[in-house]
Amino acid sequence: MPKLSAHLRHPVALTLNGRKVEGLAEPRTLLSDFLRHELGATGTHVGCEHGVCGACTVLIDGVPARACLALAVQSDGAQVETVEGLSPDGGHTLGVLQESFRQHHGLQCGFCTPGILMSLEGFLRAQPDASEQALKDMLSGHLCRCTGYVTIIKAALHAQQRLKEERAHA
Amino acid sequence: MKPAPFDYVRAESREEVLAQLHEHGDQARIIAGGQSLVPMLNMRLAKPGVLVDVMQVASLSGIEASDAGIRVGAGVRQATLLDWAGRDPRLPLLVKALPWVGHTQTRNRGTVVGSIAHADPSAEQPLCLLTLGGSLQLRHRKKARSIPAAEFFVGMMATARGDTELIESVTFPAAQPGAGYAFGEVARRHGDFAIVACAAVATGEGIRLGVGGVADIPTVRELPLPGASDFDDALNQYAWDLDARDDLHASARYRRELVRRLGRETIEEALRCRN
Repeated sequence: MPKLSAHLRHPVALTLNGRKVEGLAEPRTLLSDFLRHELGATGTHVGCEHGVCGACTVLIDGVPARACLALAVQSDGAQVETVEGLSPDGGHTLGVLQESFRQHHGLQCGFCTPGILMSLEGFLRAQPDASEQALKDMLSGHLCRCTGYVTIIKAALHAQQRLKEERAHA
Repeated sequence: MKPAPFDYVRAESREEVLAQLHEHGDQARIIAGGQSLVPMLNMRLAKPGVLVDVMQVASLSGIEASDAGIRVGAGVRQATLLDWAGRDPRLPLLVKALPWVGHTQTRNRGTVVGSIAHADPSAEQPLCLLTLGGSLQLRHRKKARSIPAAEFFVGMMATARGDTELIESVTFPAAQPGAGYAFGEVARRHGDFAIVACAAVATGEGIRLGVGGVADIPTVRELPLPGASDFDDALNQYAWDLDARDDLHASARYRRELVRRLGRETIEEALRCRN
């Protein structure tokens, strides 16, 4: 039974976007801060820090979850995916979701976008044929103060179509 | 918005959890999915000395269905129970209520028992457990006990759990043949805390209506059928007895009106759903 003491930093190893990484975290360190400050993966944004705004959403073991409501030490051994993993070539070109958001003006300031993209990534993997209503229900877990959501839905539906076509050709 | 320091124990057996609770008492807090507790930690509304993580304890991670009911272990996530209930006909109320719990992203981590232990007066899962007449299985180092949900919720975020007790599981009674189940809620946005939430069970004999979000604890009351001459008076009396208060989300008067309207709608839906 590992007991981690409050004031020490403890090794945490996880898989980030397919790569094994390791860092140090106090028990109280949130996964969001561990990703940003310890691993340098600053794509994940931190908004409200109590699970309401959705900006920090990442995939933990394949499913969308709030990084601000998970402790780094709880994520030891987990598969974590962040917005940095959406690009097919390590950041040179955009992934399907990202490209669709760019094309349809699915973002303005971009603060909420990484969380929304990761929620959609997880959701469309699990439910590639999800209805527009189901997409909207899922996106209700995110706050965006720029777009009014209409263009986000448009971008999401377009990305869903593109991903379907890609699978049909694969 | 960062938690105060705490020790962290990743327990691997129930005995380890109980030993930690025995040693640290009210300084220890159980963490499961963390979707209620971590916001409290972040805002420093909770400052435990030790967090005991129960998610690696295999014996707490199961859903067991029997004639007595569906027993949901402390490590079962809300998304897991929703998925289970979608494939099994025995928890129709939960199929309707769980989509109202937070959002997909929080249900993927949050546990059923965690939300019930947290005992927020507007939360959906405590309301369902109470309305169905469910129970909780608690254990401390030397003794285990089972108590009805009606005795568990004692005040706003206050429960009958002792400081050294672990809630091992909760048990939802299975759907009765011929009964109908319905859930309704009004909130500012889907996924926000309920201003008023209603859960109804309709059987041949009568109605059980549970109401959350109004009083300090979820409540449940037997009511006559909507066709009866005394139904409106009984529902109105229930709405007044909940002792609604004004707050920044809604006035007391609006809450009473919601109990009357949403209560009636939920009851009528439960009657329509009788199988």
